[in-house]
Amino acid sequence: MKVDTVGAPRRTRQRPAAAPAPAPAPHRAALRRRIADNLAGYLFLAGGILAFALFSWYPIVRGFLLSFQQVNFAQPATWVGLDNFQRLFDDPLFLTAWRNTLWFTALALVFGFAAPFVTAIVLNELRHGRAYLRMTVYLPVMLPPIVTVLLWRWFYDPGPGLFNHALAVLHLPPQQWLESENLSMLSLVLVSTWANMGTTTLIYLAALQGVPGELYEAAQLDGASIRQRLWHVTIPQMRFILLITLLLQVIGTMQVFIEPFVLTGGGPNDATVTVLLLLYRYAFVYNDFGLASAMSTVLFVVLGAFAGLYLRLTRSKG
Amino acid sequence: MDRKNFEDDVKAFEAGHPNIRIDAHEGLMDPKTFAAKLAGGQLEDVYYVYFTDPAGLIQRHQAADITPYLKDVPALADIKPELQKVFTGKDGKVYGLPTGNYSMGLVYNRELFAKAGLDPDKPPTTWDEVRTAAQKITALGDGVTGYADFSKNNQGGWHLTSWIYSLGGDVAAQDGSGKWRATVDSEAAHKALQYLHDMRWTDNTMGSRQLLEIPDVQKTMGAGKLGMYLAGPDNIPTIVKQFERKYDEYGLAAMPGTATLGGGDGFMFNPKDSAAKIKAGLAWIQWKYLNPDRQEETDRKSAGSDIPIGLPQPDLFDGRSGETVKAAHAKYANVPQRNYQPFTDRSANVEVKVEPPNAQQIYTVLDGVMQAVLTKQDADLDGLLKDAQKKVDAVLATAQ
Repeated sequence: MKVDTVGAPRRTRQRPAAAPAPAPAPHRAALRRRIADNLAGYLFLAGGILAFALFSWYPIVRGFLLSFQQVNFAQPATWVGLDNFQRLFDDPLFLTAWRNTLWFTALALVFGFAAPFVTAIVLNELRHGRAYLRMTVYLPVMLPPIVTVLLWRWFYDPGPGLFNHALAVLHLPPQQWLESENLSMLSLVLVSTWANMGTTTLIYLAALQGVPGELYEAAQLDGASIRQRLWHVTIPQMRFILLITLLLQVIGTMQVFIEPFVLTGGGPNDATVTVLLLLYRYAFVYNDFGLASAMSTVLFVVLGAFAGLYLRLTRSKG
Repeated sequence: MDRKNFEDDVKAFEAGHPNIRIDAHEGLMDPKTFAAKLAGGQLEDVYYVYFTDPAGLIQRHQAADITPYLKDVPALADIKPELQKVFTGKDGKVYGLPTGNYSMGLVYNRELFAKAGLDPDKPPTTWDEVRTAAQKITALGDGVTGYADFSKNNQGGWHLTSWIYSLGGDVAAQDGSGKWRATVDSEAAHKALQYLHDMRWTDNTMGSRQLLEIPDVQKTMGAGKLGMYLAGPDNIPTIVKQFERKYDEYGLAAMPGTATLGGGDGFMFNPKDSAAKIKAGLAWIQWKYLNPDRQEETDRKSAGSDIPIGLPQPDLFDGRSGETVKAAHAKYANVPQRNYQPFTDRSANVEVKVEPPNAQQIYTVLDGVMQAVLTKQDADLDGLLKDAQKKVDAVLATAQ
């Protein structure tokens, strides 16, 4: 009681210009009406929110907490401060995995970024068979990733594989596609590019078709060559979409897992150990969830930076 | 047939133990799902493990201490002590029971041996002989490979460890103060790498495709295109069943050299089990898996089926129990035991060594070494071992 009587005047004294009085009744009625009108919408939304909360947000928060804990799932977890991060940074494979992942990302940008762009331009210029070729380019996206990877495993087989057969026809020496430290990462990038470029190509194609035709006509009248039209019309017109796909590609390729997991297991000599492959080993081979969570937290921070940039770009455009 | 026998056994056991009910699930301790099952309260009361798992499970307190209940397992006295040790913690307490074991040997294709002018009854006993045999078998042509080995997903590291053991080395050892130290950078390891390198690059007897793992090699063996590879006896029935081959086609030799890597399987208990559940689980394991007196009946029932009887392993028991089991196997053998005689004959001369601590992490390091040797003609063997030594030391520092 005493606390109440003392507290109440102090509040009024300290916050003379406090929040305005409660909304008048007509506003409340309007709010209620709005909620009632949109009730079905909110109910539909609830399902999505619940699913995201349960399967996405909760695991993210739990993973973050786990990175500061030691757990065996039999007894309560113990807090270990930054121990997991210390152990992570002490693992010589940590740097190797990041170096390899960045190398994969860089190679994937060279191939995975340029290939769909060039393909889209070629498809856009074609007069015949465009629909057929568009479907052919998109077809690999429809294959389950594991099928794609196993198919390429046969392509790369140093014995009966397709690529070495092709090289033999051309009188070129056979290559150790997956068994060579120098070549293995490039081989993985080719698989990934082939499997994923369909979607990006379609995005570029749509963007290309959105470039106003009169700009090309004007450029043509001014005597611009094909290269000049590409450089001064197409690329500036597509700058935004190119930047967005670039960022999405960086975020996507930094999470590369299935190609090294199935094709090389991280070899030869750790040349294709990626961040996610190492994380998988920590969690599901060594059963060290603290260490795996620490790694995922580091990855989260790095990808978060790119995602933030992506959001800023899309917002500023909007 | 396997499943029917199992279900019959469950019925027979439940009839004799009316207060125990067995709810059997297929599967094993899979590191991919184990933690989730334990966290979600869905882990079985008794779970099946490979020898690679107990050390980590004990260290992380993910298995129940069953020491107080062991007086109810009389057969335990005859279980080979080195096998029981796998399930014993540093605190001396027991956390599980072994029910199967193997030691790595050399599985070989007897027909290819004969075709290559080699005596299938006298397989190689040294790595030099393996090398020569591999050359002769590869010379048969038609895509035949003399020898194959793993180099992916830790299996290369696992096999390289056996190679190093076989040549008198070790991958880790305890120093005077009891601390584990890497011993990878050794003469034995260097010799092992040199053999592998020479077979791969000088003799060209290991094929050109590398980064192989178990199913790849078993497939080549099943296709009749491979001369030899390192494996436990249990690989033979797998190949025969999966690729519809005949037992007569395959032989088994002991590991070339002086020592080999041993492994096996067994059962451990959920750390959340009540005393009653542990007792019930122990009663079942003893009755089903550690019961020399039931061996004759089990073998008699299995002999007409495709369940192999008479492979040289598992070989769990010493003493009277061991004799009883061997006698039953000999009586009902449905696989050509003479093909495994080279394995049995040399077994006494080949020491069986267990896996190092933090085995999976060490295998990851050695996997890289194996890959380098098999994929890089100019691999620097000394440099690889020096580097591996450092990495294994870093792994062992976390195992103390």
